[in-house]
Amino acid sequence: MNKSNKSVYDSPTIVSETQRHILTILVDNEPGVLARVIGMFSGRGYNIDSLNVAEVSNQHLSRITIVTQGTNEVLEQIQTQLMNIVPVHSVTNLQKEGSSVEAEVALVYMDINEENKKKAYQICDFYRARKIENEHNSVIFEIAGASERIDTFIKDISKVTEIEIVRSGPVAISSITKDKEE
Amino acid sequence: MTKQLTGAEIVLKSLLDQGVEVVFGYPGGAVLPIYDSLFKQNSIRHILVRQEGGAIHAAEGYARSSGRIGVVLVTSGPGVTNIVTGLTDAMMDSVPIVCIAGQVPQHLIGSDAFQECDTTGITRPCTKHNYLVKDVNKLSSVFHEAFAIANNGRPGPVLIDIPKDVQFAKGEYLESDKIFIPKHRLFDPNIKDNEKQIYESCKLIANAKKPIFYIGGGCINSGLKAAHLVREFVKETGAPATSTLMGLGVLQSSNKFSLGMLGMHGMYEANLAMHDCDVMINIGARFDDRVTGRLDAFSPNSKKIHIDIDASSINKNIKIDVPIVGDVASIMIQTLNFWKKNKYSTDKNALALWWKKIEEWKKVQCLHYEQKKDGIIKPQQAIKRLYELTKDKNTIITTEVGQHQMWAAQYYKFEEPNRWLTSGGLGTMGYGFPAAIGAQVANPEALVIDIAGDASILMNMQEMSTAVQHRLPIKIFILNNEYMGMVRQWQELLHGGRYSESYTDSLPDFVKLAESYKAKGLRATKASELDKVIKEMIETDNTVIADICVDKEENCFPMIQSGSAHNEMLLNKYQTQDKQAAEKGKILV
Repeated sequence: MNKSNKSVYDSPTIVSETQRHILTILVDNEPGVLARVIGMFSGRGYNIDSLNVAEVSNQHLSRITIVTQGTNEVLEQIQTQLMNIVPVHSVTNLQKEGSSVEAEVALVYMDINEENKKKAYQICDFYRARKIENEHNSVIFEIAGASERIDTFIKDISKVTEIEIVRSGPVAISSITKDKEE
Repeated sequence: MTKQLTGAEIVLKSLLDQGVEVVFGYPGGAVLPIYDSLFKQNSIRHILVRQEGGAIHAAEGYARSSGRIGVVLVTSGPGVTNIVTGLTDAMMDSVPIVCIAGQVPQHLIGSDAFQECDTTGITRPCTKHNYLVKDVNKLSSVFHEAFAIANNGRPGPVLIDIPKDVQFAKGEYLESDKIFIPKHRLFDPNIKDNEKQIYESCKLIANAKKPIFYIGGGCINSGLKAAHLVREFVKETGAPATSTLMGLGVLQSSNKFSLGMLGMHGMYEANLAMHDCDVMINIGARFDDRVTGRLDAFSPNSKKIHIDIDASSINKNIKIDVPIVGDVASIMIQTLNFWKKNKYSTDKNALALWWKKIEEWKKVQCLHYEQKKDGIIKPQQAIKRLYELTKDKNTIITTEVGQHQMWAAQYYKFEEPNRWLTSGGLGTMGYGFPAAIGAQVANPEALVIDIAGDASILMNMQEMSTAVQHRLPIKIFILNNEYMGMVRQWQELLHGGRYSESYTDSLPDFVKLAESYKAKGLRATKASELDKVIKEMIETDNTVIADICVDKEENCFPMIQSGSAHNEMLLNKYQTQDKQAAEKGKILV
């Protein structure tokens, strides 16, 4: 199924396949800027798989990282539409750039008892998940890394204990030496 | 220390600094301070409308007929929600507008105060950019940036929301030349590789056997110079050229290279030429669905060149072979220089054959209609006579939306840009009359005619009061068929003639209606009365409503039905469309 059809009109022959893309968008950190960006996605019928936003420097700039699905044609549209938003500085498709490093953070609350404790801690150790101390002595682990790694960690750990999980969604950065960004 | 001004004074000073002469608006609680400063000055003229929706269309008409920025002033809440249609219209048709809106004072924002609404939230998707100004010291820089953004790159509407306390607060005013606008917030004309793209496009055009120009509204937005450059390039190549609804007037109708309008109700020869061409040169058009018809059958064997200032228009609907991003005028200058310097020329023999084919298509006479001499008025005849009796005057035509709009596009001939104001992208019924108000304000000497339908005109009928108050001698030329004509036509062609709610019952007597506003009312019911009514309408130095009672069930042809391709045009209602395509087309708009 081609999810990219954004209207009832037939699209031109789409040659490329739907793929996962990570977009990283540098914006002025001003009121409403996030609404403008995500409004473009919902208004034009594009999907957002995950979204991450934080100020990145003291120059009132924010970095938005969006994971989306689409063909190359759809991604080209998304990028040019994003560039039309006034406070947007730059849009980079890391999928297109080829080489990038991505990571996300997950916090995992575990229901630990005498029975599953050993096995659970073993798994956490194996995945290099770090226990976070807290005032209630709950067992909460933090794991950071590639999304796939977190996926398998969750799969493994949920076999031994009940868990509750919060994920940040990935952030990513190009690993290619780059020109200075504006 | 610089002199401190109130927010409201800063608004007026910013407008003056930007060279604004006219503001279209409607007062209310949250803009009273601005109206108070307006009262205390004489430089800026305020046109009071009767509903905010009229103000924004008037600003659109003002902008499109003059090439300047239209300015709107409305109050919070309903004032703002009433202009949403006009903002969307301006967004779709790339009209530069700056809209100033009042907002409840900051301490009330979020409290569901009287006449409060989330203005920036509501207008975010229908403006190029919008602002909520919380600090009076930032007001002047916001204004100067807003004017720059509205006019820059692909033009569009910009809204500034000003809470009432900011209008009262005192702050510093900065002149526009003291404002720094970061580069990324405006269109950057320095596009990499344009030279290479221009080289590629010239090569394609020079080698083309069946080239065609496809000219859009971008050639008008780019300024008068752009239209002349496009004309020059078309002449240089000798290729046929067709125009979109928005691009009418770029090429003169009388220009021998012009094939007229293309698209759903475009000329037969224009659409067939688009379908059969081998090189298409799109200048400032955006492959709208009303132009392309069925996308997978759109000009299947052509290489496509697309010149557009908006990079997101490229490859949006149609895959482009040679995209060129930039302003039409500057790209045309570069192209013409390159073309002449390298002594490029088109293939004259191939072009002669191509023109021969086009001449054959022209023989179909797709705009043919029959008018009985003393019979009921054919709407086509009404427009044709209107054209013939006004063509030597300084005329500006606006339209509403529907059949009359298409007939106007087909039968009224435009020789210059900025003379044809119509709602193309959004298709806003009720656009034409307020747009005519704006056009008349910008061009007091011009003969401004709103070609209207009986249904559309009622959507902004209240602006009669505005036109009369400001002594604007606009002519409203209603093609009255007592139907929402285009709706009825689709119901006839696609829904088995079941005219569900498309008959306008209880229409007013337009002549008496005009008289009640102290305007002039005229009526023609027979073809023999047409000329007399048109002449009297032109000669009357007052707002006029001419009620032209036309054939009630006339259809607008030729027509490409939704879901069909360019070479599947219907020339009359006796031709039926391919059943399967018709079914598929039904779900489209």
